[in-house]
Amino acid sequence: MILVLLIVTIIVFLMVRLLPGDPILIYLTQQDLDEITQEQVDAIRHDLGLDRSLVTQYIDWIGSVATGDLGTSIIHRGKVGDDIKRRLPITLHLGGLAFIISIIVGIPMGVIAAVRRGTWLDSLLTSLGNLGITIPIFWLGILLIYAFGLKLDWLPIFGYTSPFKDFWLNTQQIILPVFCLAVPAIASAVRMTRSSMLEVMRQDYIRTAWSKGLRERLVIMRHALKNGLIPVVTLKGITLAAIVGGSVLVETVFSIPGMGRLAVEGLFSQDYAVVQAVILVVGIVVLAINLLIDLSYGWLDPRVRYG
Amino acid sequence: MSEEAERDLKSLEVPPRVNELRRFFKVFLGRPVVVFGVIVILILIICAAFPEWIAPYDPIKQDLKNVLLQPSSQHLLGTDALGRDLVSRIIFGARTAVMVGVVALGIAAVSGMILGLTAGYFGGITYVIIMRFIDALMAFPVMLLALAIAVLLGGGLVNVMVAIGIGMMSGYARVMCGQAISVRENDYIIAARSSGASNMRIMFRHVLPNCFPPMIVLMTMMIGMTILFEAGLSFLGIGIKEPTVAWGSLVNDGYKYLLSYPLLSTAPGIAIIVVVYAFNMVGDGVRDAIDPRLRGTF
Repeated sequence: MILVLLIVTIIVFLMVRLLPGDPILIYLTQQDLDEITQEQVDAIRHDLGLDRSLVTQYIDWIGSVATGDLGTSIIHRGKVGDDIKRRLPITLHLGGLAFIISIIVGIPMGVIAAVRRGTWLDSLLTSLGNLGITIPIFWLGILLIYAFGLKLDWLPIFGYTSPFKDFWLNTQQIILPVFCLAVPAIASAVRMTRSSMLEVMRQDYIRTAWSKGLRERLVIMRHALKNGLIPVVTLKGITLAAIVGGSVLVETVFSIPGMGRLAVEGLFSQDYAVVQAVILVVGIVVLAINLLIDLSYGWLDPRVRYG
Repeated sequence: MSEEAERDLKSLEVPPRVNELRRFFKVFLGRPVVVFGVIVILILIICAAFPEWIAPYDPIKQDLKNVLLQPSSQHLLGTDALGRDLVSRIIFGARTAVMVGVVALGIAAVSGMILGLTAGYFGGITYVIIMRFIDALMAFPVMLLALAIAVLLGGGLVNVMVAIGIGMMSGYARVMCGQAISVRENDYIIAARSSGASNMRIMFRHVLPNCFPPMIVLMTMMIGMTILFEAGLSFLGIGIKEPTVAWGSLVNDGYKYLLSYPLLSTAPGIAIIVVVYAFNMVGDGVRDAIDPRLRGTF
């Protein structure tokens, strides 16, 4: 885990250092370059530590990151860390809700489809699952804006207000984006749960459970679900990253000032410090939550606990 | 020879070999939805190969006298803000989708395969370094990673393909690595080694071909997702610029006119859905046909 975290930081560090061109150009505008002499450029280079070896630079960088300094934006000359502090909670709010909804809705739907295999209910849920992993979420967002925002005029179509400031407005604003983020996550949970449950349901110990006369609810809940959920938990770790990735699109469609939007803005203004910071923070958050997911294996699967 | 002995001999004969390919197609085409998928993909490939012949209009040439037309017999889906025929633009968008989809998939599969094969075959410290690198890569959402790589490399269609390819390679590396670990223990690998074959030869001649079936399944199942990523990036306007036509950027262009001309952004989206759905269904079909253990479980 520590090793993976280390590699994550190295990847992010190299990402910006491998940029074509002199990194000094990130800090100086063209105008600055015209006005100052080569000695001054060298002095700035020395001040920024860019004349030292990559390893020293990396250690410096990781040291400042550890103290919360994520660099300076070249556009508004402010601290990138402040941007992140403002925007990360928004993305976590939307993404976290979508993640929880995908578990609460997706897993039961998958279980029902597996238990009622071959019925119309199974066909319906499977088709919905197949459709859900197919729809481009930005398109879904536009469709929802058209239907619920423009035609029916039920919900606001853009923006984000803090839930502490105006909870009701916030709820209205996040319904559509959270729905967009949740759809593919629910769909993949349905597909995965269904296939994994079908696999488990034909095991011998399930037949034993049936033949000793247990009720269906007990067979499913106590015996099948525990083993059936293990691959689904693995999948949820990947889903999490996918939800954050999706927020890039959804935040653009709904004009929500979150991390995804920040990355896109940084991209278009060539603000590398911002892009680098967003990627680093997202990577670390995803790793941390994946660690929690790994720990939940022990609770689900005693073989891991004692192994 | 007595009749009985002859019958015994007959029963010892090897049963006629089932034609593997025929069985594959029988299972593969057994479900109507897979047949639908195959037909859609064939149409898509034809559109991508010969859009000039199929599209009724030039997708790029502006016709400012006929801007924002509603659907009619001349323009089946109407025209956009610069008077360009939407049907023609969707048909030309198929080329971008197929090209980016196939090349990005190829980059992801080949690089993931080589990394996974190396890690799984050698094991030890090589395994630890490569697979922890892959774990680290998986912590970044593909969309963000592709976005960052597109920043690094600058725009352009090729860079978008590379960006999506690198973003998606971790899945292939993982599957390949698991496969290589299990194949490595087989007797024929030991035999090859004891007859003096080099590591390279064993890896690519003996281990790799035996790891292929799950890789093929994974690849067919991921084409749809690759096209979705391409659509997402072009929706954001990353990499793919005018005059290249892409479905994602068509959706984005039409977004401005959503209230009065909803078709402009919804129609290209439906093209994406139909194509991705077709690839997903064909992917499921290939999996059912190649790996019978999983049949009907998805």
